[in-house]
Amino acid sequence: MAMTEQEILAGIGKIINEITGIPAAEVTPEKNFVDDLDIDSLSMVEIAVAAQDEFGVEIPDDQLKHLKTVKDVINFIQG
Amino acid sequence: MSKDQVRVVVTGLGATTPLGGDVASTWSALLAGRSGVRTITEDWADSVPVKFAAFAAVDPTEVLPRPEARRLDRAEQLALVAAREAWADAGIEKVDAERLGVVVGSGIGGITTILAAYDTFKEKGWQRLSPFTVPMLMPNGPAGWIGIEVGARAGVHATVSACATGAESIGYAIEMIRSGRADVVVAGGTEAAIHPLNIGSFAAMRAMSTRNDDPQGASRPWDRGRDGFVLGEGAGIVVLESEEHARARGAKVYAVAAGVGYSADAHHIAQPEPTGAGVMLAMRRVLEDSGLTGQDVKHVNAHATSTPAGDVVETVAINQVIGGHPLVTGTKSMTGHLLGGAGGIESVFTVLALHERIAPGTINVDDLDDGIEVDLVLGAPRKLPDGQIAAINNSFGFGGHDVAVAFTSL
Repeated sequence: MAMTEQEILAGIGKIINEITGIPAAEVTPEKNFVDDLDIDSLSMVEIAVAAQDEFGVEIPDDQLKHLKTVKDVINFIQG
Repeated sequence: MSKDQVRVVVTGLGATTPLGGDVASTWSALLAGRSGVRTITEDWADSVPVKFAAFAAVDPTEVLPRPEARRLDRAEQLALVAAREAWADAGIEKVDAERLGVVVGSGIGGITTILAAYDTFKEKGWQRLSPFTVPMLMPNGPAGWIGIEVGARAGVHATVSACATGAESIGYAIEMIRSGRADVVVAGGTEAAIHPLNIGSFAAMRAMSTRNDDPQGASRPWDRGRDGFVLGEGAGIVVLESEEHARARGAKVYAVAAGVGYSADAHHIAQPEPTGAGVMLAMRRVLEDSGLTGQDVKHVNAHATSTPAGDVVETVAINQVIGGHPLVTGTKSMTGHLLGGAGGIESVFTVLALHERIAPGTINVDDLDDGIEVDLVLGAPRKLPDGQIAAINNSFGFGGHDVAVAFTSL
């Protein structure tokens, strides 16, 4: 069964909190990883690795660089 | 007691050890004669012949924020905890970044990261490796992280000389300030190597105690029944500063970092040279470098690892170069052997011994071995004399490294 946007958002919030310490509540769909959340490229790789474990979806490097916002990641995971 | 060169002083101390998560708790446990050794409860204990180790008293992951801890190897975690304490203790509010350096090493580096990452690699593939795997496993990682933390741009260095690493780092830092490259240097050693592969490998050398029925009695330097070292983990860091820089800011000064002596055995990759020639050379050189005579030295924190081969010959060397008078102590009887971290924490102990005028004791010596003609501090700590005195920290490492660092009272 496909996950809802809310479930994916909660999962991403948990991952970002674990990796960066940013409160999960601040991880909202419109947030830009670099400009709003101050997440660097190595942290994005960590997030992608954790997302594979959490959602079972592989995010290839050439896709990862196009994922600028939390909403982009949600859309990618929802396929 | 002085030579015509820049004097280097100790203005900050930091430690996280099997006896405590900071300098104060470690030092009070050390003076109380407590052992930091415990039985290994992890299930891998069954796979190795040694069932005990000296784990850090305070797990660094309990102190560091989770997002930070997960990017750091345990050796880096311990080093950062100790460095933060030392840096805060020094209380340096303003320093020219280009005059600030770091020299912090580790004997083995991020070995637990290497082993865990290889498991991940084999089971899940390279894509699942943390992007921080390389900075976690590299032995200069602790120095690099500390350099970023304090903003050190004069140079960040990592010495590697097995169990002499921490002392060599402090020696290098003294020389960095004397040479004019820096005014302030954060220096010391760290280690986090309690892992079945390391224990198995040291046990394969027959270097470790297997006194499994008495873990807290296992580290017993100079005792006739000693059967090897006890593996410990932790970090010891000092802040060194040119005296001029320290005085200008009105800093609290613990002691003078008077000098360093280096030598090498050129004998065997792991066994100590049996006449102590290399150890004697390092101690002669530290006296010369510090402008001290043997009579000035009232205390030696010996390397004394509790191995059958090394303990007695070190005392012979001390007796020959310095004399039979200094109070000689073996603090590894309580902390275990922190490998690359040993010279760091033992330099902290040596500085505190001078500052507090007390030499910590050596526990577990029930039956003193033959051939020891120095004044060992057995059991309870003993008072050091008043007046201007010196103390030496000895550290030796596989590879034949011999390092002696001298500190003097103010």
